[in-house]
Amino acid sequence: MSASSALEALRSGATLGPAEVEALLADHDFPIVEGRRVTFVWRGQADAVYLQHWIYGLPSSQPFEQLPSSDLWLLSMDLPAASRVEYKLEVVRGDEHRLVQDPLNPHVAADPYGANSVVHGDGYEHPEWTQHDPDARAGKVEELRFQSDVFGDVRPMAVYLPARYRETRRYPLLIVHDGMDFLRFTELATVLDNLIHRLEIPPVVVALTQSKNRLGEYADDERHARFLARELVPMMEERYSLLATPESRCLIGASFGAVASLAAAWREPGVFANLFLMSGSFAFTDIGDHDRGPVFDPVVEFVNAFREDPGRPAERLFVTCGTYESLIYYNRSMVPLLTATGMQVRYVEVRDGHNWENWRDRLREGLSWLFPGPLWMVYE
Amino acid sequence: MTTHRRAILLGPQRSTPNLADAVASLNVEGPAATITAGWEEREAEDQELIEHLARPTRNLGLFPRSEDVLRRDPELLAARRRMHDSVRRLKEAYRLRLGALMDLARDLLARVESADDESSELWSTEAEEVVQELRALDAGHLARVDEVQAAFEEEVRPQERDALAQHRRELAQILDGSALVCVAGGHVGALLEALRLFDVPSLLGEQPLVGWSGGAMVLTERVVLFHDSPPQGPGNAEVLDRGLGLAPGLVALPHAERRLRLTDRTRVSLFARRFGPARCVALETGDGMEFGASGSWRAFEGTRRLALDGELVGAGQ
Repeated sequence: MSASSALEALRSGATLGPAEVEALLADHDFPIVEGRRVTFVWRGQADAVYLQHWIYGLPSSQPFEQLPSSDLWLLSMDLPAASRVEYKLEVVRGDEHRLVQDPLNPHVAADPYGANSVVHGDGYEHPEWTQHDPDARAGKVEELRFQSDVFGDVRPMAVYLPARYRETRRYPLLIVHDGMDFLRFTELATVLDNLIHRLEIPPVVVALTQSKNRLGEYADDERHARFLARELVPMMEERYSLLATPESRCLIGASFGAVASLAAAWREPGVFANLFLMSGSFAFTDIGDHDRGPVFDPVVEFVNAFREDPGRPAERLFVTCGTYESLIYYNRSMVPLLTATGMQVRYVEVRDGHNWENWRDRLREGLSWLFPGPLWMVYE
Repeated sequence: MTTHRRAILLGPQRSTPNLADAVASLNVEGPAATITAGWEEREAEDQELIEHLARPTRNLGLFPRSEDVLRRDPELLAARRRMHDSVRRLKEAYRLRLGALMDLARDLLARVESADDESSELWSTEAEEVVQELRALDAGHLARVDEVQAAFEEEVRPQERDALAQHRRELAQILDGSALVCVAGGHVGALLEALRLFDVPSLLGEQPLVGWSGGAMVLTERVVLFHDSPPQGPGNAEVLDRGLGLAPGLVALPHAERRLRLTDRTRVSLFARRFGPARCVALETGDGMEFGASGSWRAFEGTRRLALDGELVGAGQ
């Protein structure tokens, strides 16, 4: 009996003994995904169980239904094909509310705050290009400490150098906001190794920056733009063999990092021709106040000003956002504005949320569009 | 350029090379000339290759020689850029038509697959006509590229230019003293350009050639670029240029398993029909095709080709 039909039988009042339930849970993968329908299952004593997720447009807390005379709790919901959803279960016992990972689901996604369970909709595939390829030559990640006069502090950062990096050759420069997090949560070094090996992008040098105050510095802090354009880029060009043209430079960021990328390019026009903006926190208002809290005040101020007078901060933009993010409205709204400036814009929506695996999964398409490699011409 | 010459075409050599065995099978003594222009600025990093060949070698050094010639001869450089611009425009038009025809061909072949007895013949006929249009498009594109290149040759007569003369004398000397010529893969465009600039085929004697990956592609009559699942674009194979024509009747497909969807019968069949009657040979590690002086050829064991029915069969069949 399939898991879904067994659960349907249970729903209709049939009874299974404890051993049969145990066998059912052991023999099947959970949540159960069948076409567009996903069923979450939790087993245990509780007063209530809720699914906590971050899908914009749905109630963020959805109650499970307890099967009669059973300790099994079920929740079925719609899940479009190729979706990826991160979630936790909220288990309520008396006054105690516990947020836990789904014990029946081995798939988890890590982020700086811990890890969530993940359900994959029908057709979603964990991209093989994000996984270690023994044939791909590995690049090298160097750690640096960089004295910033703009910020008046010493900043730890890292630099990815491609395999077979050599001084006689010149490389494009990518600058990745929250670079250490990208290394850790998106397998960025592995992805770069693989894409370079597959000739989908050229060998690149990547500056991986990390801010101790990202919500402040990334929210259109003019110091951040100066730091990137007038300190980091010159330092990188002095230290490494780089092409040193706007067309060969790219700013990359997710969430507030995307705001930082766009704001820096806007404040320092002519320095960065390429932007890779993932799930940008481009909150704005058409009238009145916003409701996203004070940390967004400078963001809204920037995006409102940008919308008034966008100029042409870059040449090519790869913009992506998950349709399950609350930011989808802002990102969709930005696309026609960006396009109208004459910049070349590629916009990609996916059925995913505001999380690192979404950003990981976009790397191939974004990087290979911004920096196409010699895939068609090289046969080694 | 077509002539019967001993030549061996091999698959990629990085993980488990069979170059030394292939060279040994030729039974030729003496130094080898190597061509690594496809490696571009890494051309001189050929130590591993030298060790693997285990015989005296001389690298023709075509990449730096090209750079030297173009630096010293601005008129040639300018004409070459104009030629490249013309080819780029041709390619743009070619790709436009190619994309439409490939979409149509795939659509029709899918209908053939799912057709009932009554409509099967109709869709097969329609599909075959589109395949013929594709073949005509490829041939027409190649002819136009030929015309552009012929006009370039006529305009600047590169072989008669001073900047080239000394290099050609040196190349002729190296090749005269070589018992065989080994052509490495890499950037096939750069490799072909370098071979053509110095007209290397005209400098070759009777010595056999061994080429692998991109080096094998340039030894064939037509260089076909291919990738079924690129991160951008539709993944339509396209004809780049004519090769040296030393391996007649063959389209070389190194890394086919990685670059082509070989389990997709429709795509495999379309590829084979489009480029047939040439054999579309998948050259993986360890694979090879050998061409004899008499015009005969043989496939290495395990080497496969794309068949008209969408299957992979032995390259010798």
